[in-house]
Amino acid sequence: MSDASQVQPPRTPFLRAETLRAAAWQALMLALIGWLAWSAFDNAVENMRARGVPTDFSFWNRPSGFDINQTLVQYSSSGSTYGRAFVVGLLNTLLVAAFGVLFATVLGFAIGVARLSGNWIVARLATIYVEVIRNTPLLLQLLFWYNAVLKPLPGPRQSLALPAGAWVNNRGLFLPEPMFGPGAEWALAALGAGIAGTIALRLWSARRRAATGVGAPVLWPSLALVIGLPLLVFALAGAPLTWSFPELRGFNFQGGVRVFPEFVALLLGLSLYTAAFIAEIVRAGIVSVSRGQTEAASALGLTRGLSLRLVVVPQAMRVIVPPLTNQYLNLTKNSSLAVFIGYPDLVQVFAGTVLNQTGAAVQVISITMAVYLALSLLTSAAMNLFNRRFALQER
Amino acid sequence: MKITRTALLASVAAAILTAATSAASAQAQVARTLEQVKSRGFISCGSNPGLAGFGMPDDKGTWAGLDVDLCRAVSAAIFNDPNKVKFIPLTAKDRFTALQTGEIDVLARNGTWTQSREAELGLLWTGINYYDGQGFMVRKKLNVSSALELSGASICVQQGTTTELNLADYFRSNNMKYEVVAFATSNEAVKAYDSGRCDAYTTDASGLYAERLKLVNADEHVVLPEVISKEPLGPSVRQGDDQWFNIVKWAHYAMLNAEELGVTKANLDEKLKSPNPEVRRLLGAEGDFGKALGLTPDWAYRIVQHVGNYGESFNRNVGEGSRLKIKRGLNNLWNKGGLQFAPPVR
Repeated sequence: MSDASQVQPPRTPFLRAETLRAAAWQALMLALIGWLAWSAFDNAVENMRARGVPTDFSFWNRPSGFDINQTLVQYSSSGSTYGRAFVVGLLNTLLVAAFGVLFATVLGFAIGVARLSGNWIVARLATIYVEVIRNTPLLLQLLFWYNAVLKPLPGPRQSLALPAGAWVNNRGLFLPEPMFGPGAEWALAALGAGIAGTIALRLWSARRRAATGVGAPVLWPSLALVIGLPLLVFALAGAPLTWSFPELRGFNFQGGVRVFPEFVALLLGLSLYTAAFIAEIVRAGIVSVSRGQTEAASALGLTRGLSLRLVVVPQAMRVIVPPLTNQYLNLTKNSSLAVFIGYPDLVQVFAGTVLNQTGAAVQVISITMAVYLALSLLTSAAMNLFNRRFALQER
Repeated sequence: MKITRTALLASVAAAILTAATSAASAQAQVARTLEQVKSRGFISCGSNPGLAGFGMPDDKGTWAGLDVDLCRAVSAAIFNDPNKVKFIPLTAKDRFTALQTGEIDVLARNGTWTQSREAELGLLWTGINYYDGQGFMVRKKLNVSSALELSGASICVQQGTTTELNLADYFRSNNMKYEVVAFATSNEAVKAYDSGRCDAYTTDASGLYAERLKLVNADEHVVLPEVISKEPLGPSVRQGDDQWFNIVKWAHYAMLNAEELGVTKANLDEKLKSPNPEVRRLLGAEGDFGKALGLTPDWAYRIVQHVGNYGESFNRNVGEGSRLKIKRGLNNLWNKGGLQFAPPVR
């Protein structure tokens, strides 16, 4: 009996050991995939060489020779490189994506809530909006908005005057540009200090509420810190601000800040389109919180507003945030449709004109893909961090 | 478990082998476009998606235009049929990539011949089938009579073109400011100009005449007199296949020689009996000039029979016989005051 229990299983020879075999198969597989990838790459480079197509990135520092209308950084056809054109396109993509995400979120939340409204007309209108926008192609909507923005506007010489020295015509919206003089940086510093102070105040108030049950007033001191303090410093510095007003000179307005119609059309199209999807996500999120939660909250004596803020929304956010990330990614990627309405985004400038001029198709498309991948991963990472605040706290 | 693993490995190995062999054969195919075309049964011709006079499907869906005729001429020379062509509409920015990657066999899409496009993009222009230059179109009511008065103007343009670059050069060298609004296709650029987004629209002069027809009120627009660039337009092919390069090149020259020798679609069979040795060589009645190109002796005869000579094609597509009514000008034959000059067939 005792003998049998001590019998060792026969020792497996080294070469037949399960772990070694598993590792060997993995390594072989990896080597094969690696070889396949390398030979595909090698084959592409070989074929590109044979056809006289550039295979390196030397185009990056060559002068571009073409112009772009909307540039957030200094750029000119004479002095700037293809690399600079890439930066211009990238920033334009980021600009429209950032504003698009902001507007789509605000509008999407409003419409999502409106779909659940007790008011029959409001709820129906929201439903119609969602169904119409969601079920027509985005490209069609973009072309529609571009024409809808352009067509009714007059030419530069018949521009419409807006309040505060702003003008609008079919070349864009022209706003007065604030020109800050010396001393303005103190007001900026005061704004920073005000924001930091507000955050500190909120943390302190929350801690006090947790300890004593009574929080400190937050709203008015916060407003005073964020708005009052910078204004005070600004006034003390002698209000170093002048405005550059747009003026009609020659063919168009000069001076001031210009908002391009292509940008407006793209922003409008992307925001309205994505808002319809976000509205459905928000509606689903709110519906997913069971009625018992609201009832329990009111049984505890919470007001309607408080029960929404403290009970319903935090639970709804758990359902809302993950698919919301998808919509943000979609919006960013959809911004590449800009090419059809002449907005100089990354695809239009870099994967369009630069690719065509340099012929470096593989390099340019790889870089463009890497940029969108990086943007998507960054957005996801940020949204995951945000999601952690709402996720179930498992202890 | 073991069996599946082996099977998996075998299939991976098979996939790799297939990939490797197909890659190798892709390399081998680079040089033999003519054989590929023959076995495929048609030519893939990169065409303008819609430029009246150069490449555009008509109301019945048949492609027509000066560039289209060139592809039809190549098809006629190879297949004795002008319709063995698959026209692939391409935007300006995508066209060279399509040719480089082998998606098309020849690009006949009013492309400007430049040094960098040959040296850097790995292409070759086979000739110039239209001598052009870049111009501007503006509204009459702007009261602008010269491109030099356009400082500060917004200008609509198609991206990925020499037009875009010439525009930048012209305004820079004349110390003028402008705003460029670049669109992926000429159609969108023209629409934006028509809706008032831009003060001027710029492209090759031939394109201006063609695009003007698309505007709501063509009479309210005027083409400015300045021609700011040289735009030698012509078909291009990939480098590395001299035989194919020669076929496309000589399809154009055959049409030019036919015009110069007075050979037309109508008098073709009459001319076959002509005692003129030049005509006899061109039409294949004497010698075998098609063989070295990989074609039949009557290759040029077929081109004229199915497509006509250069003058006929020009007249039908962009000249007096068309809506564009463009004068021959630089595109007349060399002995009639133009620049079109074809080397002789001999």
